[in-house]
Amino acid sequence: MSIATAAQTIGPFWHLIEDKSLADLTRFGATGEVLTLTGRITDGEGNPVADACVELWQASPAADERFPGWGRSATDATGTFRFTTLKPGPVPGRGNTQQAPHFAINILARGIITRLYTRAYFQGEALNEADPLLNLIEDPGRRATLIALPDGPSTWRMDIRLQGEGETVFIEV
Amino acid sequence: MSDVTGFRPPAPGSQPENDTPTYGSTRLRHPTRPLIAFPHTITEATGPAFSPRHFPALADLTLMDGKAAQGERIIVRGRITDEDDRPVPHTMVEIWQANAAGRYNHPGDQHDAPLDPHFKGDGRVFTDADGWYQFTTIKPGAYPWRNHKNAWRPNHIHFSYFGPGFATRLITQMYFPGDPLLAIDPIFHSVPDEAARNRLISSFDLDITQPEWALGYRFDVVLRGRAATPMGV
Repeated sequence: MSIATAAQTIGPFWHLIEDKSLADLTRFGATGEVLTLTGRITDGEGNPVADACVELWQASPAADERFPGWGRSATDATGTFRFTTLKPGPVPGRGNTQQAPHFAINILARGIITRLYTRAYFQGEALNEADPLLNLIEDPGRRATLIALPDGPSTWRMDIRLQGEGETVFIEV
Repeated sequence: MSDVTGFRPPAPGSQPENDTPTYGSTRLRHPTRPLIAFPHTITEATGPAFSPRHFPALADLTLMDGKAAQGERIIVRGRITDEDDRPVPHTMVEIWQANAAGRYNHPGDQHDAPLDPHFKGDGRVFTDADGWYQFTTIKPGAYPWRNHKNAWRPNHIHFSYFGPGFATRLITQMYFPGDPLLAIDPIFHSVPDEAARNRLISSFDLDITQPEWALGYRFDVVLRGRAATPMGV
């Protein structure tokens, strides 16, 4: 048995491996309910986090030749990330539970040594009420940090606050 | 009912804390509320697959348009395994680094050291069926940063690994043996456990070294292993 290698920060110069096309998960011709997921990342003083690498994964719809299920978006000068992808459906949880539609999100940046993991759900989904993760968060204000809100046609917004008032709920992974 | 298996939690002390005051940029970027403990589901236990068809390998960072980069050519080779010592086959590895003078080919890097027109500093390789990867590059230079007075980063190469699940995602840095800057680097020292920290240091390897061509360094990486019990049981 071995122990997993330690993480180190992605640093400020990770854009050397950036490929802007990776933020569009429909680039291989995936069809379905296409949407934009966007949001702004801010730090403990409300400043934009302009050098973050945001990675998205969704277990639904299942990845295939035309849909990678994974994307990467750099934040811009305003701290904003933006993905084009397909609307996820519900997926099984542990035991006989069902999880509401959601995205998995990793945030990597200078000053973040080990990636921060969170999820984005959709406002108005009936399944949110029974979602096992959302139900672990008792404070409705805290729970709301994981709910993306409609922000124009086919566009959903979930801002991410790394620290302080309105701090996003992050999840052990 | 989900029968996918999650991944084991990190061993105590083996992973850095995001609240590391000696690394100044963490001050406003670490969460202050406890993380929510939540057992892995299909979301965390599965992850993306990358095909060399869409992500072509870039295993030689030392040549651009057929012209050679400046600096000391090196070969980096290693094996990616999981915590059960099983190889992680056909997984994508991303690489980026400063040039020999300690300057990144990035608009955000204003260090007064020369850019190299024949070195961009990004690479990509896939492990083989037995978990081995290899690439050729230039030994990166040390460079100053503003973290504290007279702060310099040790020579390092950035690595990105995916593994089989979203939970196995790993971003880290490879260091070089004998680097005096390691002793005073707060990012390296953000890993509490000394043995875990020292595994970030590559080793010089004469078997990887190619005569009359390049020194070789070995850097093995361990990704998280699967938990013993399937989820939902």
